[in-house]
Amino acid sequence: MDNLIPVLVAVPLLGAALLLCGGRRLDRVGHWLGTLLAFASFGVGLALFFSMLGRSAADRPVHLNLYTWIPVNGFQAEVGFQLDQLSMTFVLLITGVGSLIHLYSIGYMAHDEKRRKFFGFLNLFLAAMLLLVLADNYLLLYVGWEGVGLASYLLIGFWQHKPSAATAAKKAFLVNRVGDVGLSIAVMLMFTTFGTFAFTPVFADAPKATQATLTGIGLMLLLAACGKSAQVPLQSWLGDAMEGPTPVSALIHAATMVTAGVYLITRSSAIFNLAPTAQLATVVVGAVTLLFGAIVGCAKDDIKKALAGSTMSQIGYMVLAAGLGPIGYVFAIMHLVTHGFFKAGLFLGAGSVMHGMNDEVDMRKYGGLRKYMPLTFVTFGLGYLAIIGFPGLSGFFSKDKIIEAAFGHGGTEGWILGTCTLVGAAVTAFYMTRVMLMTFFGEKRWVPDADGHEPHPHESPAVMGAPMVILAFGSVFLGGLFSINSSFVHWLSPVTGYQEGHSPLSTTTVTACTTVVLLLGVGVAWMMYGRKPVPAVPPLGSLLTRAARRDLLQDDFNHVVLVSGGSHLTRFLVYLEGKGLDGLVNGIAALIGGTSGRVRKVQNGYVRSYALSMFGGALVLAATTLLMRAV
Amino acid sequence: MNPVNYLYLASLLFTIGAVGVLVRRNAIVLFMCVELMLNACNLALVTFSRLHGNLDGQIIAFFTMVVAAAEVVVGLAIIVSVFRTRHSASVDDTNLMKL
Amino acid sequence: MSFPILTVAAALPAVGAVLTAALPPATNTRSRDRNKVVPLLFSLGTLVLACVVAARYQPHGARYQMTENHSWIPQFGINYSLGVDGLGVVLILLTGVLVPFVMLASWHDADPVVDDSGTFERNRRTQGFFALILAVEAMVVIAFEATDVFLFYVFFEAMLIPMYFLIGGFGDRTKGEDARQRSYAAVKFLLYNLLGGLVMLAAVIGLYTITHTFSLVSITTALQNGSLHFSSTAENALFLGFMFAFAVKAPLWPLHTWLPNAMGEATPGVAVLITAVVDKVGTFAMLRFCLQLFPQASKTFAPAILVLSVIGILYGALLAVGQKDIKRLVAYASISHFGFIILGIFALTSQGQSGAELYMVNHGVSTAAWLLVAGFLMSRRGSRLIADYGGVQKVAPIMAGTFLVGGLAILSLPGLGPFVSEFLVLVGTFERYPALGIVATAGIVLAALYVLVLYQRTMTGPVKPGNEGVGDLKARELVVVAPLIALLLVLGVYPKPIADIVNPSVNQTLSQMGQSDPTPHLTSAHSNAATTTTGGGQ
Repeated sequence: MDNLIPVLVAVPLLGAALLLCGGRRLDRVGHWLGTLLAFASFGVGLALFFSMLGRSAADRPVHLNLYTWIPVNGFQAEVGFQLDQLSMTFVLLITGVGSLIHLYSIGYMAHDEKRRKFFGFLNLFLAAMLLLVLADNYLLLYVGWEGVGLASYLLIGFWQHKPSAATAAKKAFLVNRVGDVGLSIAVMLMFTTFGTFAFTPVFADAPKATQATLTGIGLMLLLAACGKSAQVPLQSWLGDAMEGPTPVSALIHAATMVTAGVYLITRSSAIFNLAPTAQLATVVVGAVTLLFGAIVGCAKDDIKKALAGSTMSQIGYMVLAAGLGPIGYVFAIMHLVTHGFFKAGLFLGAGSVMHGMNDEVDMRKYGGLRKYMPLTFVTFGLGYLAIIGFPGLSGFFSKDKIIEAAFGHGGTEGWILGTCTLVGAAVTAFYMTRVMLMTFFGEKRWVPDADGHEPHPHESPAVMGAPMVILAFGSVFLGGLFSINSSFVHWLSPVTGYQEGHSPLSTTTVTACTTVVLLLGVGVAWMMYGRKPVPAVPPLGSLLTRAARRDLLQDDFNHVVLVSGGSHLTRFLVYLEGKGLDGLVNGIAALIGGTSGRVRKVQNGYVRSYALSMFGGALVLAATTLLMRAV
Repeated sequence: MNPVNYLYLASLLFTIGAVGVLVRRNAIVLFMCVELMLNACNLALVTFSRLHGNLDGQIIAFFTMVVAAAEVVVGLAIIVSVFRTRHSASVDDTNLMKL
Repeated sequence: MSFPILTVAAALPAVGAVLTAALPPATNTRSRDRNKVVPLLFSLGTLVLACVVAARYQPHGARYQMTENHSWIPQFGINYSLGVDGLGVVLILLTGVLVPFVMLASWHDADPVVDDSGTFERNRRTQGFFALILAVEAMVVIAFEATDVFLFYVFFEAMLIPMYFLIGGFGDRTKGEDARQRSYAAVKFLLYNLLGGLVMLAAVIGLYTITHTFSLVSITTALQNGSLHFSSTAENALFLGFMFAFAVKAPLWPLHTWLPNAMGEATPGVAVLITAVVDKVGTFAMLRFCLQLFPQASKTFAPAILVLSVIGILYGALLAVGQKDIKRLVAYASISHFGFIILGIFALTSQGQSGAELYMVNHGVSTAAWLLVAGFLMSRRGSRLIADYGGVQKVAPIMAGTFLVGGLAILSLPGLGPFVSEFLVLVGTFERYPALGIVATAGIVLAALYVLVLYQRTMTGPVKPGNEGVGDLKARELVVVAPLIALLLVLGVYPKPIADIVNPSVNQTLSQMGQSDPTPHLTSAHSNAATTTTGGGQ
């Protein structure tokens, strides 16, 4: 049974290879092939899941060593897999949501001439992501880590003919590479400290390592997580990543890949638990990002970018929870799973709206769509209620627990973090209500596009509708399911560890607070966007709004410091290369040339002048000889 | 007679030849001056041979004569052919070998 | 007396070169193709011989295998002695693999001029091009095999002659000022390398005056059993003499400026030959001669050389970002990669050195794949300026795809060969010099920058005017690219066979130098017998 683990990865990899190398022959069946293989992988995942459920908690983790990858004396990199409860959770999320999004894409990408390639890239992504969560050592995890980065690059830039898409793809890859540097250094540090980078021995030896080393490893892992999970300060790529087709935004930039950072931190819990400084940095990053993303989400008129801000913010919650240590890991992962469902559902809903609106993304040109797209409205609405944490829905259970854990961190820090999460919850309620109101309520504000086509909003085909419905079910019931008898905590705690927080506030108080801030956020949004008509042209807005529209000036900062600084440096170096290094060499050449030009004038062709120099030379020689004798 | 006087004569002849090479333009005269220098050397060699009491100097003098004879053959041929093309025996007119 | 396989492996391309040059000049398409197929067959024959050498090599056998030894100039103790270690085998194999691909990719680069009436210009230019490539191959192979310092020196220098003609005689720019640029590049290449060679010659003679032999094996044996001892001044001077030549060839910052000119002016195939094959002789020689002949001096100068390599890594990458010309961009990328290779060699850890040796192979294959596809693109429009291209993926998707894969290999994406070697080099450096390791790691971001910027500017966006007619890869071109990409995948997923060949010789080199890997902090803190777990050799 456990020999099936490599099959999980191999199946979508085979799909990618077939679809990308198969050529035009596969154009007609490619999308079904890709979807079939994704579902096959999900089936294998389910089989493994049930087999795991049949064992006691201690026997659940499984190891499988495939072959030795890089053998160099002490450096032994293995291709080995580890399937435990944490990996299993991810496997089901990735293959489950992934399969649904494959299905959805069949409809969404129906008219794209490169649909076969799209499915090839999606399958490639699945394979890389599964490798990431199944690896039993950090180097193999790194392969998956960069693999998903590649898939993300290819899919963001899927419409390569659009310069904006190509730029966004490049930016995503580059920012992720900065994070990857962190992961590389972490692996190197592990190797020089422990002599290995496989999970089990590293975690076993972690208590013996010095505090400084552990902090170093922790901070480097955090840097990696920041890159992949779009956390401050490496968050700038996620908004631009919305240039990709919407199913990609749903799968990669909302449900799965961007949560890899949370996986990394949770997986490395043994290291983080022993490095309080790294944990502190993690919660700070999480808290800053959750507010940052929420503020950005409030100001965006582009529906996908508003959702991207929201993703950033929700992952901020997860990172914060993961940074809290054993009181938070389980809830970080729980929120990750529920978020995977409702955010994927929201993105698919957004995609469905765009599908019906001639690919318009500006929410100011939507309005009143609930009458035209009832199914999308209902599924999107359920996702909306889940994300704002409406009591009883998935998001409520997972987010509430994180807020509680934040307060439970204790001391002043606990109060600050708790307040941040509460404020975040209020802002979340605000911007999500805003999205909801601007899209589905109010008057219709749509206008003909540049080619003069009047949009005719219509419901999407069943192949797109079905995944939305399934995801909506998940958004509603998953959180409750996980919370019955704390089943999720029992499931995951053998891997991540779990301890109760000592919250100064009781559970009921926290729930009450969340509900109040939730109503507050919804209420403000209603006042601003529900009661009065939404202007088609965005008002100037406050300084904060204007900054938030520009991603809180992150790109401007990057541009001034990195881009223009870098290009000046490059230009300077190119100049230096030409004038300095080459100039030096050419200078020497010119010096020799010039000298010989002068010297050659002595060769004037007159016999008698040659004779004179001969006599002179002979005299000098004779004189020297005599002098040497004398001395 | 003191053999050293021959050496004085040899150096005198050599100096005359050298100055001639440097100041004269006519190729023939130049050529004769070179010969003069060679013969001055021969005289010095023979004198040294006598002074040191072995035959090495005389042997080298014979070599020099052979070389001088060969030089005359080649050198005169060059001078004649230069004179034919340029109608001049002045060495300053032949300066094509400059860089 | 066993079969002299090494001599034959070097002689076959040499014979091929002479034979190709002697073929009658082409008068029609048929004879033109014949003049190209003959050298191709010879290069394939060399590949077969290289495979035989690799198959006969026993990784755990003697230090040098398949040795041949004949007296050449007995008065000076110069021998014709050949032998291969793991590194030599791997590099001979690399040369054998790449040369046929280079030939196939350059198939039409030196075609004879045909006038309006269909008459061929009657000269030996075309076959000369291929004969020169074979000559280079022969000399490179023998340089990888030589275990006599003087023999190596002769071919190290002789290689310059055919390379000079390949760079100066063939290229995409033929008229006026452009052609002058080309001869400038060829002369620059020659002068730089001759200068290096001259300094090395002085060191070679100096070595002889001290040791009275040119035999690598006897010198290293004598060094190890203590019967020979260099004074530290002499050792340092000799080391610098050798190292200078190899650093010019490799090239190490700041001796690199000949490479962008040479690669920029040469045809893409020749550029691959320069960077993927000929330059490897430099890094190969560092490992074989610098480290083994002068172990103490190598340790003394290692920190300085490491700093230069790290500068080279970042400098090369930054300059690559700033280039307007595709071939020069690739050249600067190569400078960055050579920085990694030299970094791995002089980190003096088994990870670093194994990484460096794998890197030589991976860099060869990945640069070949990337640059040859770029060459196919450039041949279609006759321009090398990045600004002339745009949106090519729309009209030539396979070309764009393969170009991207080649680029991803260059930026060391895991799963492709270069990642394995780059990571090993970084780990090996980090073990001993953490700060340098971290700075060098920044190189991976810059690599992503120049690769992706080039891809974005040439391949994506709307189709730029003038690019509409760019055709996709033809069958011949696919035959060149597909195997290289497959090789990159194999090297990335299962590098063990190559690593197994290379590791024993790395261990031997390091143990000759008396250098062992740093032990992991924890192991050394908790048990004193830690050396057994990570020991760098016996």
